[in-house]
Amino acid sequence: MANYSILLIAFLIVLSVPVLTIFLIAPLVRASRPSKVKLEPYECGVEPASVAFDHRFSVRYFLVAVLFIIFDVETIFLFPWAIRLEQLGWFGAIEMAIFIAILLVGYFYAWKRKVLTWV
Amino acid sequence: MAIGEYLWLVPLLPLVGAAINGFRAAYAKGEKSKTLTNGVALGSTLLSAIIASFAAWRYGLAKVPYEVVYWDWIPAGLGNVAGGLLGNFNVELGLQIDSLSITMMMVVTWIGFLIHVYATGYMGHEKGYTRFFAYLNLFMFMMLLLVLGNNYVVMFVGWEGVGLCSYLLIGFYYDKTFAADAGKKAFITNRIGDFGFLLGIFLLFNWFGTADYTKVFALAAHDPLRFEGVATLLCLCLFVGACGKSAQFPLYVWLPDAMAGPTPVSALIHAATMVTAGVYMVVRSNVLFRLSPEAMLVVACVGAFTAIFAATIGLAQNDIKKVLAYSTVSQLGYMFLAAGVGAYTAAIFHLMTHAFFKACLFLGAGSVIHGCSGEQDMRKMGGLGKYMPRTHVTMGIATVAIAGIPPLAGFFSKDEILASAFFKRFETLGEPWSWFPLVLFGVGMLAAMCTAFYMFRLYFMTFVGEYRGAAEAGHGAHAGHDAHGHDDHSQGHADDHGHYGGAPHESPWSMTGVLWILAVGSILAGLVGFPLALIGKHQPTYFQSWLEPILLPIGGHAFHFHEAELTMEVILIAASVAVAVIGIVIAYFFYKADPSWSKPKQLAAGAPKLYDVLLNKYYVDEIYGATVIRGTIVLSLILKWIDTNIVDGAVNGVRHVTVLIFGHGSNLVDKYVVDGAVNGVASGAKGSSTLLRRMQTGVVQNYALVMGAGVVLLAVVYLAFEVLGKMQG
Amino acid sequence: MTWADLLFLLPEIVLSIGGCLLLLAPVIGGRNNGVAAKWSMLLLLVATAAAIYVAAGAGIPSLALGTLFVADPFAVFFKLLFVVVIAMITLLSAEFLEDGRYSAWEYYSLMAFALCGMMFMASGTHLISIYVGLELLSLASYILAGYYKNETRSTEAAMKYFVLGATSSGILLYGMSLIYGACGSLHLEAISQAVATMAGNQALIIGVMLLGAGLCFKVAAVPFHVWTPDVYTGAPTPVTAFLSTASKVAAFAIFARIFYMGLHSLEPDWNSIIATVAALSMIVGNLAAVTQTNVKRMLAYSSIAHAGYALLGVLAMSEIGLQGVLIYMLVYAFANIGTWAMVMLLRRREYAGENVDDFDGLHKSAPLYAFAMVVFLLSLGGIPPTAGFIGKYYLFAAAISAGYAWLAVIAVLMSAVSMFYYFRLVVAMYLKDGAAADVIPSRQVRFIVIVCLIATLTLGILPERMIRGAARSIAPIVNLASR
Repeated sequence: MANYSILLIAFLIVLSVPVLTIFLIAPLVRASRPSKVKLEPYECGVEPASVAFDHRFSVRYFLVAVLFIIFDVETIFLFPWAIRLEQLGWFGAIEMAIFIAILLVGYFYAWKRKVLTWV
Repeated sequence: MAIGEYLWLVPLLPLVGAAINGFRAAYAKGEKSKTLTNGVALGSTLLSAIIASFAAWRYGLAKVPYEVVYWDWIPAGLGNVAGGLLGNFNVELGLQIDSLSITMMMVVTWIGFLIHVYATGYMGHEKGYTRFFAYLNLFMFMMLLLVLGNNYVVMFVGWEGVGLCSYLLIGFYYDKTFAADAGKKAFITNRIGDFGFLLGIFLLFNWFGTADYTKVFALAAHDPLRFEGVATLLCLCLFVGACGKSAQFPLYVWLPDAMAGPTPVSALIHAATMVTAGVYMVVRSNVLFRLSPEAMLVVACVGAFTAIFAATIGLAQNDIKKVLAYSTVSQLGYMFLAAGVGAYTAAIFHLMTHAFFKACLFLGAGSVIHGCSGEQDMRKMGGLGKYMPRTHVTMGIATVAIAGIPPLAGFFSKDEILASAFFKRFETLGEPWSWFPLVLFGVGMLAAMCTAFYMFRLYFMTFVGEYRGAAEAGHGAHAGHDAHGHDDHSQGHADDHGHYGGAPHESPWSMTGVLWILAVGSILAGLVGFPLALIGKHQPTYFQSWLEPILLPIGGHAFHFHEAELTMEVILIAASVAVAVIGIVIAYFFYKADPSWSKPKQLAAGAPKLYDVLLNKYYVDEIYGATVIRGTIVLSLILKWIDTNIVDGAVNGVRHVTVLIFGHGSNLVDKYVVDGAVNGVASGAKGSSTLLRRMQTGVVQNYALVMGAGVVLLAVVYLAFEVLGKMQG
Repeated sequence: MTWADLLFLLPEIVLSIGGCLLLLAPVIGGRNNGVAAKWSMLLLLVATAAAIYVAAGAGIPSLALGTLFVADPFAVFFKLLFVVVIAMITLLSAEFLEDGRYSAWEYYSLMAFALCGMMFMASGTHLISIYVGLELLSLASYILAGYYKNETRSTEAAMKYFVLGATSSGILLYGMSLIYGACGSLHLEAISQAVATMAGNQALIIGVMLLGAGLCFKVAAVPFHVWTPDVYTGAPTPVTAFLSTASKVAAFAIFARIFYMGLHSLEPDWNSIIATVAALSMIVGNLAAVTQTNVKRMLAYSSIAHAGYALLGVLAMSEIGLQGVLIYMLVYAFANIGTWAMVMLLRRREYAGENVDDFDGLHKSAPLYAFAMVVFLLSLGGIPPTAGFIGKYYLFAAAISAGYAWLAVIAVLMSAVSMFYYFRLVVAMYLKDGAAADVIPSRQVRFIVIVCLIATLTLGILPERMIRGAARSIAPIVNLASR
């Protein structure tokens, strides 16, 4: 039976690195002289024009990003399949065809729903 | 024809009637034919009563208990139960015929039928006439299921069913808030009782592996030593159920309020049948109760206390139905007293005689209310004997019967209960608490005196003297209390009889005829329990011998009825008659001999506090309101608060702790200061929507935190149980 | 992978293709036709039901995808129940989809995918296939919860459900990974064999604990219930009906299968945890419901409590307990959908029939529906002769026969408490006078109410067929556990 205490120790080490640096070491070593200007976001000498995250992005960016991710992830499935193509044979080919077909249904849907056209 | 082949018709016919009338009430357009409603409701009930009588007659010939299973309702199969036994969780839907269920069945069907007849007259002018009879028939079905079922689960089905009908009928006048509240109160109080009952059923399964009467009682009677230890808890659970349904202290509070329902309902459900279900259950379970003297003692004490407690409240009430309601509570207390001292037959005997005279009294009261155009305050009645002679005579007979004057019914049953309490002393001689039955006996005597007093007070205030209501212009003063809907009712009268607001008038024959039948019953029903000792025969009364088969011998020892010497019997009878007469005489001097009622007024003025306490029913409602009801609501609010707020608290707590640990000027605080500044700008700039969004996101974080805490909680629980297990092992 | 595999997978295949077609229909046809969408969905459900029969009759051992998937009677029981439930929810949804503001085809397509996920859950014998099914269900549910996209409450509900659901999936996966670490397999039978010799193994127990926590989130058991009231209140009512019945039933299907098939010999280690969760769910759910005035919120808390009752059946680890879970799910589904249908029947706007007051005086304006509501509430409260009593009877009997008498006492006490708040609606309908919210003239919702009414009464009075069915369905799992 594997000894799981190693896992626990590893977990504690991993956890302690950011905790130690951010919460213990940094406050001890750095100088801390807060002023109003310093506490404002974007300390590059310019007055903040508006609140952070208040800029509105077009929701299209989001849709395109999601679509990108979906088709990007698809590739991850294609790689191992491609490597084992010989062993999987026709069965594998059909399976992958079905998989891509399902994705294409989504793609077709998005296309027809005018997700890809920029307005 | 075997009984089983047609016995199912007895409960089923009223159900069919309920279905037909219910459907008509919901869907028939326009005016519903009253003749048809009556035909269906009365016809089904009468037929059911006739079949029941036939079954009773057949049983009487052979006296063989009979059980018939119609179908396997819940074929749940076997499972492990306590003590490594294999329990059978099957529930069969079956009916059982023995002397006890026959008695109950006859009372329910015939009294039920009479009250149906009465209701045709009484409810004649009401809206929802058909709906009313549908509920009433449904009630009959459930009640018959309750008394005829062959196991506790079927009894529970009927138990819940009668409860539901009762709430619906209490709230029949649903345009009155008071009636709605009364229905709610009855429901909630009964839930406590049902909790006990259901728990009792599951304990039965746990220890006996079944809930069939025959099997449970056979096991308990066969091997009493094995079940003695568990019987007390089991019986107390069942008794909690009985307390709820039969309005015993401390769960009696719903019954007086239930009088908001129509008077026939008060008579049928809240006097003659449903409220006696608890007594039936205790007597049915007599084998279990006899295993536990402690549980019996509790039953006897609660019964005796309720008897005297409710009787004293009854002394000071002015609403005619309230007096009768407290009287019912008190008489139910008597029945439990009887069961508690081991006089199970006396309990059922009193149940039966009580059904007659209390139904008669309630229906008579209904007739009085009907005749006085909705008035319920006895102070505004008086002298009604002149106006309504038939109601007067019949109610008079029932009053004498409940007061316990021989040879009327109430005398025999009450005397048997008191005698049983008295003789209990001789059974327990030599034990340290052997004096206690004498206390119960004394309390019973005192309650009997109170009963005689307040019943005759009711009689004198209502029927004797001069009519005091004529001067009253209206009867709005008590409308809040009287949820009887008589505004419509008396309007109908104005058309029918043309004396709205005038002198009281006698009710139609459909009502007074029923009163006469019940009055005759109140005279004669007691004879079946005539103490044979008086004619020199030392043997159980007819009624005792009739019920003997249900009193199984336990561990080979047959049930033993108390036997008394003739002199002792005569002395006891004399004593119980004497207290009744004393009560009547006091009532006579207070309310008849002196029309200005100066003596009771003096008494009330002399001890105003005591009078107030009695008038306000010992403030029990108020105490419950302040403790139980508030407590539940507060608990629920606390839980709700925890559910929505503790997470916030936890998050803030975490923040405070971090601030404390890391001090000012640290990175973390910077972050929060920055956050705070930004959010301040945000809320300044964009108003409440941003704030709202922030709060919502906050809540999601908090929810996630709770889930994390939940995992920790599971771990803690696991570890705690581990440690406990190790400590034990 | 063989042709027989395809046969066993036929219902899922039919649903997947059907779901895709439903998705494509509007972009090809170009019209948002609620009626056509509804009928297409119903047709798809009929085809699925037929496919389930075909798959069920295709022989034994009915394994597919290697051994990841099984079409045993246990799965068939739940699949048929899912199809019936989804069919009812389809009819309930029709009302708000037919006015054209929300697109119907996508809605039903999501419903079909969710159903497909639930079927995979019911059939999964491997933690991964179960997890994939669960995620398919969850992703569809998140979108459905936010289907009123113009209503803040609905979007908020979807947001909360998504964030917390993702968290719980993480917890669940972490638990599975620890179990894999301990047992070396994710197949339930392999886990069952490995676990038999591993009582007290810390990693395994932490894994089971986290797995249990993830499942408790899905069935909405305390302390993983926090999302329930908000999401149930905010989601469109038919979706709430879906979440509180279909989704919960599916979660109980995997709960029962995982614990009965896989972790059955580890019972001494996890029973304290499940017992605590069950007790807390019953107590918190019922007590918190007492003061709610919003019917949807009240029913949300009540559904938390019902999860607690059903957990008694998982805890009991006996034949009667597993039967109890199946029966309870069946009777709960009908009573619950009936209740939600009543809430919908009274709607005035997007969210109506929501306040207890909306039920005032319903008895006068719609006596049959008031009666039906009483029957549903009695069933939820476990009062005979409604079906709910049979379900509770089984679960309580199971708790007692497994030695959890204290839990049975809590359960009985809490079902007494539950009647307090159910009865508030009865009081409103029967004993109060008032303008009940308009009863909308929707034939489909009325139809569902009647169906649920008949089912609730019939299953209560003549439960024999249901009980025999449940007994047959649990056979493969019980046989496995007793090996």
